[in-house]
Amino acid sequence: MLLASAPLSEMLRVTGVRAGGAIACRLMEMGLIEGALVQVVGRAPLGDPMRVRLGDYELSLRNAEAGLVDVTAI
Amino acid sequence: MRSDPPGESVRPDPTGKTHEASGRGRAAIVALIGNPNTGKTALFNALTGYRRHVANYPGVTVDVGRGRVRGVRTPMELLDLPGTYSLAAVSPDEMLVTNVTCGRVAGERRPDCILAIVDASNLPRNLYLISQLLELGLPIVIALNMVDIARSRGITVDCERLSQRLGITVIPVVATRKKTIPPLVEALERAVAGTPPPVLPDLPPKLVEESAALHDALEEGMQPAETLRVLLDRDGYAEQQFLERGGSPARVAEARGRLEQAGIDGPAAEVRARYKWINRILEGIISRPETPVRTWSDRMDRILTHKLGGAVLLLVVLYVVFESIFRWAGPLMETIDRAFAWLGAAATTLLPEGVLQSLVVDGIIGGIGGILVFLPQIVILFAFIAVLEDCGYMARAAYMVDRLMRSIGLSGRAFIPLLSSFACTIPAIMGTRVIADRRERFVTILIAPFMSCAARLPVYVLLISAFVPASAYLGGWVELQALVMLAMYLVGVVVAVPAAWLLKSTVFAGPSSGFFLELPSYKWPRLGAVWQRMYFGGRKFVINAGTVIFAVNLVVWALGYFPRSAATRVAVQQQAQALSWDEQRVEAELAGAYLRDSFLGRMGRAIEPAIEPLGWDWRIGVGVIASFPAREVVVATLGTIFNLGAEQGEGSVSLRTALKQAKRPGTNQPLFTLPVALSIMVFFALCAQCSATLVLIGKETGSWLWPLASFASMTTIAYLAALGVATAARAVGQWLW
Repeated sequence: MLLASAPLSEMLRVTGVRAGGAIACRLMEMGLIEGALVQVVGRAPLGDPMRVRLGDYELSLRNAEAGLVDVTAI
Repeated sequence: MRSDPPGESVRPDPTGKTHEASGRGRAAIVALIGNPNTGKTALFNALTGYRRHVANYPGVTVDVGRGRVRGVRTPMELLDLPGTYSLAAVSPDEMLVTNVTCGRVAGERRPDCILAIVDASNLPRNLYLISQLLELGLPIVIALNMVDIARSRGITVDCERLSQRLGITVIPVVATRKKTIPPLVEALERAVAGTPPPVLPDLPPKLVEESAALHDALEEGMQPAETLRVLLDRDGYAEQQFLERGGSPARVAEARGRLEQAGIDGPAAEVRARYKWINRILEGIISRPETPVRTWSDRMDRILTHKLGGAVLLLVVLYVVFESIFRWAGPLMETIDRAFAWLGAAATTLLPEGVLQSLVVDGIIGGIGGILVFLPQIVILFAFIAVLEDCGYMARAAYMVDRLMRSIGLSGRAFIPLLSSFACTIPAIMGTRVIADRRERFVTILIAPFMSCAARLPVYVLLISAFVPASAYLGGWVELQALVMLAMYLVGVVVAVPAAWLLKSTVFAGPSSGFFLELPSYKWPRLGAVWQRMYFGGRKFVINAGTVIFAVNLVVWALGYFPRSAATRVAVQQQAQALSWDEQRVEAELAGAYLRDSFLGRMGRAIEPAIEPLGWDWRIGVGVIASFPAREVVVATLGTIFNLGAEQGEGSVSLRTALKQAKRPGTNQPLFTLPVALSIMVFFALCAQCSATLVLIGKETGSWLWPLASFASMTTIAYLAALGVATAARAVGQWLW
């Protein structure tokens, strides 16, 4: 599934990041890379952006960006 | 940068030199580099003892802190560079770090050593930047900061083993605890005289090979770290640099072709390789608890960013901030006003009447007082912003407003600069350098002047207290005057929204660069950091804007003073004799006549036809014209125009009375009616009357087109809005009475 539509609080593992481009690269540099553990922690009042726990820190990213990340539940 | 042409405001040295020559002094230069939110500034302060000088690089309008490291035998200068996640920069801030480490900033030689600061509770991601720094070939020391916070989360890092594996010194520190600093200082001293790091990250061999080949082809024109970026970032900044230095595009294309065949299709391969290396290095180094520890920070966060509660709380916080500014800044501003009025009065008695007295009192003392009086509002707002940012709340605010800002084409990152604009646009525009997306940054810069800055407040205060009835509704809870004040602030915001949307849909149309924001743990704001932010914000205002305001005040003074022709004096004296005026009346009439015949007065009369529909006369015209270079002079100018002298402040009762009593020339009708007052305020709310800001916009956008366009469009909008408000208010007034 995509990170953008992943359920809250479930432990997930990143299986892939789509497309090239500067956004995808920065996502990967921040740690959203194959094998990383990620957890959706919340969403902003208007539903976008979302908040994830990525390894040891929390990152906020837009749904559009989260839509580039493939994850599976663990 | 990755995908952007070079940011205009971060030009590297056009001669293409790498600055290695030891020019400035004998001190070794140590670059302090690290991710954002790692406590970099706290460490900088701990090492330099809060003595921070601002480094100004040509073409770069951000301040980089420099300071001498204390407690060392070899002289060392520490450079506090902006936080960055990677040397593959996405924003001008990050680009500065890349440029400085590669020796590409004119007037600054390449650092001799790197002090990398890393967050102990966040090691894997922090090591990404480290992996790139290792490739620079400079001696490097790692400060593992915030080990206390890590411990509270149950995370421990084996520094010894990490140090062994990386081949460089890793010192655990808590930047806010002095005892932990000396070992770091010792390590720095050894490193400065030491060797480049022995261990390098495992990048794919083919990549390293091609990068080295490119590097050799340019004969040392670029660092190996840069040629790596040439290969990986298509149409990026590094590639342009390579071509400028005479590198052949064919060579780059061929190299990329070979890499693709080897399975390296772009930067993604590099990122994966680095993380693989990081995981290998970190094996067994970090021990974490089985289940993550929920700290007080996490618990607070659930409340503060709750879907509904979080939004409400943000509004409350904003309300508290602005309310406090008015409450505290008011008395402070009045004190400064009174102090300078006293000074002016003292000078008036000491100096003989004439040009010199007027120059000193109105021009110089009035000018300096007119600048300092704005400091309380500016400094208080910056203090609030610094506290909110330091404690971590600002990131949550940006996260919550991002969706709203996206509807006009901006992102959450524009929130802080736009909020800062309510104090002073100058530091706010400088703060847009954290916005990665060039188009977004430009739009933010262009709408920042619409936020009512500190300098507009005196106009609002004066006119509202004089012409808006002090009625209260809902049992005293809602004051009409406060409502009108709020309305004036909102006028700017209300106009900025469609302006931003228009700009982003036309001139600056394009896909967004995305919004990633790290949400750091909450922490108690540090007084030192808050104080520094207050100080530097205020300093930027006084130096950048203040010098302009002072010069403008002198020019306005001169234009309003000269020429003092004898003919005018004779005419007034004749009138005085004919109508038997007393001495006070003669003085007042003489001052008025001089002003009317001065250069400034003539300008005001010249534009009278244009401002007549707004209900203004030539005297208001003079005030507005005088404010174009710097709106700060308007209240003092109004004081002069209405015959009271420039020492009047906006709280002055006599100025208020004078305005209320002012009559239209030749009639008994009051000049200032409520519609006129409203139209003046709306004009000031929307007009670009700050040359210091316009100059800065020119520097930050790299073109004089934008300040000109900004000035022209804002003046037009202000005029039309003032016209609309005046007409509407008059119509409503007629309908009501």
